[in-house]
Amino acid sequence: MLVPIEWLSAYTDAPADIDTFCERMIMSGSNIETAEETAAGIEKVVVGRILSIEKHPDADKLVVCQVDIGQAEPLQVVTGATNVFEGALLPVILDGGRLPDGTVIRRGKLRGVESCGMFCSFKELGYDDKVVPVVFRDGVWILEEGSAAPGAELTEAMQMKDHVVDFEITPNRPDCLSMLGMARESAATFGAALRYPETRCGKESGNAAEHIKVEIRRPDLCRRYVARVVTDVKIAQSPWWMQRRLMHAGMRPINNIVDITNYVMLEYGQPIHAFDIRTLKGAQIIVDTAAEGERFVTLDGTERTLDAEMLLIKDAERGVALAGVMGGLNSEIEDDTRTILVEAANFNEDSIRRTSKRLGLRTEASARFEKGIDPALAAAAADRVCRLIEELGAGTVQAGSVDCYPAPKQAKPVRVRPARINAMLGIELSAEEMEAIFERLEMRSEKDGDALLVTPPGIRLDLESEVDFVEEVARLYGYDRLPVTLPKSSGRSGEPRARRLRDLARDTLVALGLDEIQTYSFVSPKQLDQIALPEDAAERSLIRLINPLGEENSVMRTALLPNLLEVLGRNNARSNAKAAVFELGNTFFNVPGPDGLPQEREALALGAYGPEADFYALKGVVEALCEKLGVSGLRFVSETQNATYHPGRCARLLLDGETAGYLGELHPNVAERYGLEQRVICAEISFAKLQAAAHPEIVYQPLPKYPAVARDIALLIDRDTCVGDVEDVIRANGGEILESVLLFDVYTGVQVPPGKKSAAFSLVYRAEDHTLTDEEVQIVHSRILQALSAQCGASLREI
Amino acid sequence: MQKRLAEILQEAKQELGSAETLARAEELRVRFLGKKGELTEILRSMGGLSPEERKSMGQAANSVRGEIERMLEERFTSLKEAAKNLRFKEERIDVTEPGKVKALGSKHPLTVTIEEISRIFQSMGYQIAEGPEIETVFNNFDALNAAPNHPARDMTDTFYITEDVLLRTQTSPVQVRTLQAQKPSIKVISPGRCFRCDTPDATHSPMFHQIEGLLVDEGITMADLKGTLDCFAKEIFGSQTRTKFRPHHFPFTEPSAEMDVSCFKCGGKGCRVCKGSGWIEILGCGMVHPNVLAIGGLDTEKYTGFAFGMGVERIAMLKYGVDDIRLFFENDVRFIEQFR
Repeated sequence: MLVPIEWLSAYTDAPADIDTFCERMIMSGSNIETAEETAAGIEKVVVGRILSIEKHPDADKLVVCQVDIGQAEPLQVVTGATNVFEGALLPVILDGGRLPDGTVIRRGKLRGVESCGMFCSFKELGYDDKVVPVVFRDGVWILEEGSAAPGAELTEAMQMKDHVVDFEITPNRPDCLSMLGMARESAATFGAALRYPETRCGKESGNAAEHIKVEIRRPDLCRRYVARVVTDVKIAQSPWWMQRRLMHAGMRPINNIVDITNYVMLEYGQPIHAFDIRTLKGAQIIVDTAAEGERFVTLDGTERTLDAEMLLIKDAERGVALAGVMGGLNSEIEDDTRTILVEAANFNEDSIRRTSKRLGLRTEASARFEKGIDPALAAAAADRVCRLIEELGAGTVQAGSVDCYPAPKQAKPVRVRPARINAMLGIELSAEEMEAIFERLEMRSEKDGDALLVTPPGIRLDLESEVDFVEEVARLYGYDRLPVTLPKSSGRSGEPRARRLRDLARDTLVALGLDEIQTYSFVSPKQLDQIALPEDAAERSLIRLINPLGEENSVMRTALLPNLLEVLGRNNARSNAKAAVFELGNTFFNVPGPDGLPQEREALALGAYGPEADFYALKGVVEALCEKLGVSGLRFVSETQNATYHPGRCARLLLDGETAGYLGELHPNVAERYGLEQRVICAEISFAKLQAAAHPEIVYQPLPKYPAVARDIALLIDRDTCVGDVEDVIRANGGEILESVLLFDVYTGVQVPPGKKSAAFSLVYRAEDHTLTDEEVQIVHSRILQALSAQCGASLREI
Repeated sequence: MQKRLAEILQEAKQELGSAETLARAEELRVRFLGKKGELTEILRSMGGLSPEERKSMGQAANSVRGEIERMLEERFTSLKEAAKNLRFKEERIDVTEPGKVKALGSKHPLTVTIEEISRIFQSMGYQIAEGPEIETVFNNFDALNAAPNHPARDMTDTFYITEDVLLRTQTSPVQVRTLQAQKPSIKVISPGRCFRCDTPDATHSPMFHQIEGLLVDEGITMADLKGTLDCFAKEIFGSQTRTKFRPHHFPFTEPSAEMDVSCFKCGGKGCRVCKGSGWIEILGCGMVHPNVLAIGGLDTEKYTGFAFGMGVERIAMLKYGVDDIRLFFENDVRFIEQFR
């Protein structure tokens, strides 16, 4: 909401210092985005009058003007502007003058003819194209006749110097979307008076009711409809003061009638529409809904298809305006319009919002209606329009109005307890002090026992319950004046187990040298094809967004690996020689969870490329993580069917017999899709399953009292035999005394027959309660060797 | 014999003095003191002497022996020392060569920031609570007192999965879940991911993180809110930090405020970071709206509370001077590894 201070000052006295104004307005609740100075940086620009225009001797497109700038000698200006004429009053920048964008203009020769200055356009004087009147968009600014004398300093003569404050209006305060609304806030903030604009006309004639009839057929969607009539309309330019205020407030001046309706909309926050009354069939206004599928052409020339819930302003035969959104082309004001109907109505917020949304048509009017407007404003604003029409001599105002207001709004007082306000804010204000604050906000209050009955002004649609008044007191008393204390409430810090385990996992993985990444939760459905996931995989049951930013962010991820591979690919593309990363995050499944919402499952993905990336290194990371989380019983079994991975280098992770994830070297076909030509080792593991199996609590084991007996064995086994299976056989036959088994060497080479490999294990035997004898060890050891021979085809090899 | 002893001592002195290696010194030990050594020979030959002579000769021989032993010891020590010094010289290493420790990984900067903020509130006795990223419209909007027509509900602002289910736009629904699950006193913070329909650019991301805080108890005031957040600001941005509370509007709190902190770069004088104002907007907060407390079935006359919420990316960007929010989600290891 752009508020020119000069305009605001018409209604209240604001402090002259703009910084003080902004600072205090912010602290009383009107947040400010920007505060800009208009006509800032303009130097040596004066008003000039063109005395004569002659052709440039050497240029067809230039003319040479003699300009009166209030001095004895006229100034010679060469210009290419096409809208200049003898007698025109216009801005002239003199030699050494400066424009707002910093450009300095110097005397010089244009095609051999001296030019001592330049005529200025609005744009050159710092006005945005979108507020410049159409007639001046492609030429220089021609001032209104009589507005200033030649030689006068332009910005002063035209009162261009102002501050424009852009207020951030929160959705609860639609009343602030107006000059009067902001003036009210300013008055309350600075304890100043509020001056309302004049709305009465001096010389009305006739009677509006003789010109028009109004009927509201949908009082649920239209609370009030005020119609006033103006005859003998003379369309012209509006005066500079009005144009200037509109332009500073961000609106383009059009003509006097349109400008007045816009001016009053900005002044009161009440949208106004004007109809050419001769176009209204049967001199009638009917507020009703459209027919389903009804076609209607709005002012912008677009034909729109309406539905039966859209509110339409009709005459006796047809629609003439899309209520609260945009007028109709068929009833538009034309240059020869003589009699107009001024409409100030109040429409249901939801209805306007719906229409605006359905048609994809958002206007200044619809934006205001959908936020809510006080129905009382309709009458005041319609009167104000008439008053301005009279003031500007734009027409003859007909006496009276047609005001349909089926159920006038009643002001409702709210019971407010000063004690409660004090208790919530931690202060001790008296009821009287609070009443004084309410009064500044134009609220009426009376005592009701210990409480106050406070009646807010009609425009404050946001004040409905006691707590709303707590905020009013707080912001006008000043948040900065509230004391600073600490709550006496005690509390015991803690966190969910899942979070603690997640933190533990992060700490561990980082200690093991991996970097943590974070990637989007919404992804492309194509991701799953990229990693060659089978068509029937559970991960294929995707949750789709109704309104994604794009296809690449249209489904919730069911796996973390694709994002992680993208990250590896990006790092590789950026020539990072190596990367080892992990992500710990949610995946989302189209399966109802405990509260009916889709299931969110925590997952962990890890991946690495570069010289240190190695299957066993990453396996070691996963094993160390499990050790830290206290997850026992994680097994790795050979997996050849997972198309994401190298079929000879992939392990399925089993936790208590259930698949908990995969770890392996990425299949070269998959790696290629991510631009990764080198080996990539990666894994995706259900972190939820790790969490469920985790026992991170530390349990102390007494140190052994009796010595251990170590036996190393080297086994000759088939090359395809998994050492993990061999280890399982050893453990299964080790009885109580086998304390540990460690594979310390795997060897294939000249000393081993083809198709075989040598696997060397270190076995440690120990009893808890006595020193083992050789015989005891030998019994178990032999049993192990026999089992290895029988079940794994293993034979002993001399070490 | 006396003379011979003196000769031996003299010889030993000479030989030992020129012994340059441990092996040579050992040779000399065997020669003079060994079982077949010269001194042993003399002692053995004393059989023919009178007891008096034997006694005095024995004493003399033992004294020579002691003297040789002492010299040997000395020689051994100095030779060992020299050998060590030689080894030290040979084994010299270049201590400026890089260490062999495996490089540490780095947590993601957003994790680091969340951990830091969480630690501060945990030290004030707050529990951490979590909620799902896919939420109900009820928990994300209705229960938080957002009007049915609140603009944030629009499809242009919020990602929907169905008409009733969405990607949470804030961590505030955890407030609702907490109020429904716990009884006062309630002191929780909830960090997590949030989503809004913003096209990514330097300052916007459709996915971001928030940390929400909620305290509900008897007698909680807005002054307590100011005190708590002032404490937090001083912890995270330094003890010289000042705070400013500006009125604002949120549907689920009233009165509502935004908190600014004095610029930690320039201390409030005005610089590029604070865009010349000396202040930086950090978070939104307010007194929990009675309508929200009522959702949890609380007696709104008895209990009051405050809530606050902050953007993790924003705080991380300010704290570390990161100028583009997209860096957090690009995950270039050269970026991540700066947050070790």
